[in-house]
Amino acid sequence: MRRPLPRALAWIVAGVFLLLHLPVVVLVAYSFNAARYSAAWSGFTLHWYAALLERPDILRALRLSLVVASTSTLLATVLGTLVAMALARARFRGSRLIEGGLYLPIVTPEIVAGISLLILFAAVQVPLGVGTVIVAHTAFCLPFVAVVVLARLRGMDRTLEEAALVLGADELTAFRRVTLPQLAPGILAGALLAFTLSLDDFVITFFVAGPGATTLPVLVYSMVRRGVEPTINAVSTLLVVLTTLAVGVAARVDGARRA
Amino acid sequence: MTGLRRRLLGPLVRRPAAGSWALLTPGLLWLLLFFAVPLAVLLGYSVMQRGTYGGVAPGFTLEHYRRFSDPIYLSIVWRTLWIALATTVLCLLLGYPVAYAIARAGRWRAALLFLVILPFWTSFLVRTYAMIVLLRGSGVVNTLLAALGLTATPLELLYTPGAVLAGLVYGYLPFMILPIYASLERIDLDLLDAAEALGARGPARFRRVILPLSLPGVAAGSLLVFIPALGAFLTPDLLGGAKSMMLGNLVQNQFGPARNWPFGSAVSFALMGVVFVALLVWLRVRDAEERA
Repeated sequence: MRRPLPRALAWIVAGVFLLLHLPVVVLVAYSFNAARYSAAWSGFTLHWYAALLERPDILRALRLSLVVASTSTLLATVLGTLVAMALARARFRGSRLIEGGLYLPIVTPEIVAGISLLILFAAVQVPLGVGTVIVAHTAFCLPFVAVVVLARLRGMDRTLEEAALVLGADELTAFRRVTLPQLAPGILAGALLAFTLSLDDFVITFFVAGPGATTLPVLVYSMVRRGVEPTINAVSTLLVVLTTLAVGVAARVDGARRA
Repeated sequence: MTGLRRRLLGPLVRRPAAGSWALLTPGLLWLLLFFAVPLAVLLGYSVMQRGTYGGVAPGFTLEHYRRFSDPIYLSIVWRTLWIALATTVLCLLLGYPVAYAIARAGRWRAALLFLVILPFWTSFLVRTYAMIVLLRGSGVVNTLLAALGLTATPLELLYTPGAVLAGLVYGYLPFMILPIYASLERIDLDLLDAAEALGARGPARFRRVILPLSLPGVAAGSLLVFIPALGAFLTPDLLGGAKSMMLGNLVQNQFGPARNWPFGSAVSFALMGVVFVALLVWLRVRDAEERA
């Protein structure tokens, strides 16, 4: 696999990378385009970002998205990590079934998950709102966290923990000083995945949010449905920057910890 | 104090099954209440009578499943299947060369991988919207074509099945590239040298050695693209028109404007059924490969 690529193949690869990134790059560029309707470039402007500041609904939706994402990330990370620990530590009746079952929510179409939650909430007459959104987000993030943490646990060197116990550490100390630091990158990766999944989710949120709990993706969706306008480019750019920042910070934390 | 602490935290370190259940219960309960129970309710609704103003009325019936034989709905089922299949094939054709190139990219490997992973962290909604910006009548592509003098009037690119297909391929391509890359990267270089020493070069070496060894990645990638494509809702909703409705949109339509909840539930389960068939086929293929 060490010789240079055939030229034709190299062009295909370059083309695919272009396809993969050009749309978002164009979108970001157009958030600085002065033209309102046309796609022709008519000069650089920050007008659309300034316009965002005069839209209290966008700021509200952004704040709500962050609240929902952090709350459900916290819940899903704690619950998912516990599930992963239980599955990694013991083979017991039903453990394989449970592990397989964790993939069920992951492969279920979002539209089905969203609709079924909606009719459950309707059937037991729970009013839709921020609470139902957080409950739903925690539910779909939890299996992802569990799977990621479980993979880390399986690949982890358990002898260190056993050594700590043999050397006289009590279980809490061994967990806190040996197991947890070893597991931390897995938990962080799971939490980050949960955070971006929650921040990004449109489909499930759309069905369980109700009129009072408009997250940023739900708001962007309704703006897109009303028609393309430059402010959407600006909000979208902010959303891209936000998730990139989250990933960057996580990579930084992980890198600093490893160094 | 130590005793209590030991009792509460013991399960985190020790192994017994009793402790495992203590750790499992909160998470499993959450999934049971907010994933499994809703699906059960949905299943129940799919065999009940239709309520007059939405909702359901008591009484068992299978009529909602029988409605699939109606040509209108049958055509949506077929469209969903072929769009999902076409998405998978296109992703494979575009993704395999990329995975192959990354696997042999040497010092550029990390950077190229980063470029493949980056879209994962970009909002799917934003990426779908970006396609609208490109494809709409006064969008970037049409403006470019007109400026180059290639078209006199804007092409109707948006709100077509083609636009849906483009959006899905664009959305799910990384899911195809990463598993193929993973399986190519694991190939033992000695095997390639051996193939070469034995006279297999270029195409023959690729066809007889590299391709078979990368098939598990191809199978995994195909599944990771096919399943979400089957359940697609947002992409056909924003990029498609009336003639590109998929099963996901039919579900939403039945719970929304059509107000036929039982039929919507039946469609949901048909969708789940197709997803499970795809999963089973994949498991079969994987097991056969492992035995081989």
